Amino acid sequence: MNALYSLVLVLALILVPLLGAGAAGWHTLFGIIIPYIAVAIFLLGFIYRIVKWGRSAVPFRIPTTGGQQESHTWIEQNKLDNPSTTAGAVGRMILEILLFRSLFRNTKMEHHPGPKLSYGSAKWLWLGAIAFHYSFLVIILRHMRFFTEPVPLPFEFLGTLDGILQVGVPSIFLTEIVILGALLYLFLRRVVVPQLRYISLPADYFPLYLIFAIVISGILMRYFMRTDIIYIKELTMGIVSFSPTVPSGIGVLFYIHLFLVCSLLVYFPWSKLMHLGGVFLSPTRNLANNNRMKRHINPWNYPVKVHTYEEWEDENRELLKEAGIPVEKE
Amino acid sequence: MSKLPSSDNLAGTIDYRPPRKSWMEVPPEFRPGTWSYPGKPNNLKALDLPNPREWSPTDDDWQLPENWQEIIYEGFMDRLEKYRSLKVFMDICVRCGACADKCHYFIGSGDPKNMPVLRAELLRSVYRKDFTTAGKILGKLSGSRGLTTDVIKEWFLYFYQCTECRRCSLFCPYGIDTAEITMMARELLNLLGININWVMEPVANCYKIGNHLGIPPHTFKDIVDFMCEDIEEITGVKIDVPLNKKGADVLVVAPSGDYFADPGTYTFMGYLMLLHEIGLDYTFSTYAAEGGNFGLFISQEEMKRLNAKIYAEAERLGVKWILGCECGHMWRVKNQYMDTMNGPADFMEVPRNPLTGTVFHNAKSTKMVHITEFTSDLIKNNVLNLDPSRNEHIKTTFHDSCNPARAMGLLDEPRYVIQNVCNNFVEMPEQTIREKTFCCGSGSGLNNEEFMEMRMRGGMPRANAVKHVRDNYDVNMLSCVCAIDRAALPPLMEYWTPGVDVCGVHELVGNALIMRGEKERETDLRGEPLPGKEG
Repeated sequence: MNALYSLVLVLALILVPLLGAGAAGWHTLFGIIIPYIAVAIFLLGFIYRIVKWGRSAVPFRIPTTGGQQESHTWIEQNKLDNPSTTAGAVGRMILEILLFRSLFRNTKMEHHPGPKLSYGSAKWLWLGAIAFHYSFLVIILRHMRFFTEPVPLPFEFLGTLDGILQVGVPSIFLTEIVILGALLYLFLRRVVVPQLRYISLPADYFPLYLIFAIVISGILMRYFMRTDIIYIKELTMGIVSFSPTVPSGIGVLFYIHLFLVCSLLVYFPWSKLMHLGGVFLSPTRNLANNNRMKRHINPWNYPVKVHTYEEWEDENRELLKEAGIPVEKE
Repeated sequence: MSKLPSSDNLAGTIDYRPPRKSWMEVPPEFRPGTWSYPGKPNNLKALDLPNPREWSPTDDDWQLPENWQEIIYEGFMDRLEKYRSLKVFMDICVRCGACADKCHYFIGSGDPKNMPVLRAELLRSVYRKDFTTAGKILGKLSGSRGLTTDVIKEWFLYFYQCTECRRCSLFCPYGIDTAEITMMARELLNLLGININWVMEPVANCYKIGNHLGIPPHTFKDIVDFMCEDIEEITGVKIDVPLNKKGADVLVVAPSGDYFADPGTYTFMGYLMLLHEIGLDYTFSTYAAEGGNFGLFISQEEMKRLNAKIYAEAERLGVKWILGCECGHMWRVKNQYMDTMNGPADFMEVPRNPLTGTVFHNAKSTKMVHITEFTSDLIKNNVLNLDPSRNEHIKTTFHDSCNPARAMGLLDEPRYVIQNVCNNFVEMPEQTIREKTFCCGSGSGLNNEEFMEMRMRGGMPRANAVKHVRDNYDVNMLSCVCAIDRAALPPLMEYWTPGVDVCGVHELVGNALIMRGEKERETDLRGEPLPGKEG
């Protein structure tokens, strides 16, 4: 059911530019106004969320340690999984953010009769996640050629590299195949694995469909319903130079693509997609395990009522004396 | 107490298929064996905690305060500002499900609400409705729900079916820590007077008397004297144990479980023998007579109230540093909370082992050293005379306790000690040890009798790994550095893996330690004949 809700929602989102930019011809609205608003919401929303997280205190230093602590000189410390310095914690974060290290640990439990439990390696989720995120990143960077003139060499190069297969005209981008495969995998495991289906919310399917629709509309434009890139670049350069114009000759497919991207931008800051920002702030990962070396300060630490030694001795003095345990007051 | 099914039956009935109905439509079911008795009013009163009353989770009416929704709402708001962890963890989960089969309670019960992701969703669903834009606009579509008494009941059931072991957190790509979420949920529940007695009574005892088990100071002394008699009988060496001694170099803090019941007592005897043999100028305290801290399982405030005694006593006695014994959650508190809460401990010195000259730089601020850090240093520097053959009848494996493993990283120190005092050491499978260790199934205050079925379920993954080394390598001893383990693992072993005993690392040290002036030993610390001394 949750999978269906989201599908209907994404189909409805496709309908909007189809009617608005296609049938009604509101090109300025869909080509200029909505993109500006969407980017503004994305940027302000993203900052707002980060600031809101940042304003909450970090009262305790609570890293989840994933290896041997700093101890004796003759015991080898696991400096990346159990860092005791800021540099180590940065290293741990780099591995986490660039290589999804924790996900790489993933195992799959199997319960055989006996009972006999086993925990096999399960790297598919890691692979799917890496494939999805990196192909998405490359696609975004590739699109920078629409927002720069002249196009800087790295973006040109990325395009060439991505099209290295040189199959078809224009040549197929590897990332397009990879991201579709990854999206399909991420979707299928949600639908097929019973536990995952059970925990999945509309908010889990929606971004998958939305990104899928964005990719498909992009592919359609590139290979099947060719859109003239000259006009699109005129529009995109106009937007980034803050002197927007709407050239004629841009098909409705482009407006659909653009509107879906805008939807993603608007949706992003208010959704789970903010894990992009949140992962940097996770206190179990971004802090060093050096609590006993360096005192961590809790900004809201407050005095609490305690049972003092004096009170305790007053209550137990006779017992203590009888047992021969020293006391403060005879 | 409920009737515990046999281990064969229990394992065979675990069904990992989730129900047809959405989880929000499945009400909590209070089946005997899956929940713990609520906190007794006298214990709540002793700690000035809200809403003391007699009640049972099976009651329809939990006698909540009239404005309970407001209390939760404000408590939640307050904690979102105080804890970035909570706020971030509420927001960034993508429900990838990597955590699901990492939880020992899920593995042992198949209940989908024991998947860490869903356990957190129990809280998140309420958070979304009241604290997020999406939840306010989209309502149920965003996965949010209103706060009803059924939600509160569900929280009680499932946040007291989590041992705060942090295994899921290790595997989470964002480090979302269910322990943190459970701690917050328990804080919220405590605002309404909802808690369990197995946590509340130890905290009340510890606050008032000085240890979880409510052992008064003169009885503490009796117990220690009794142990010294046993030690003398076994070794011929007479030892004295200083209590509340001013001006001692080191304050030694042990979990009360170690001087309360077998097999912890053998571990405690091991500490006493070691401390005597090396001639350390130390003292125990009968005021700060508890290393553990069940306050951790109520709220940061209760944890701090109990923990405060240790530094206060160290200052009163004028010690140079503190030596902490074998206990799991105790070391979570000591390593990650103590200095922040009750420090700075600037009245003490950077810990230095007077026998080896080793300075414990990794404890230079908190000034508290783990006893396996200490003992491994003694062994490395050849300070101890050891005869590992006195543990020849023992073939041991080592259970990493959750907190020393995942909130500290104390992994190789205990192994080094074990391998120097015992010739037969075997590791359990790689996915079940070190940072990936499985919980005993009874942590975070859940080691009570009425919860036995869930304990056996949650302990199944640990027991199964022990079974592997028992069947393949004839392991007959499960050693550990945790007092809750020493209480919880024996029934677990008896249920799933008969023939395996449980001991602390320092029990093995005590057996192997050659003391000056000792007689030829006939038995180990348990009174069992040593190899070659049978009959």
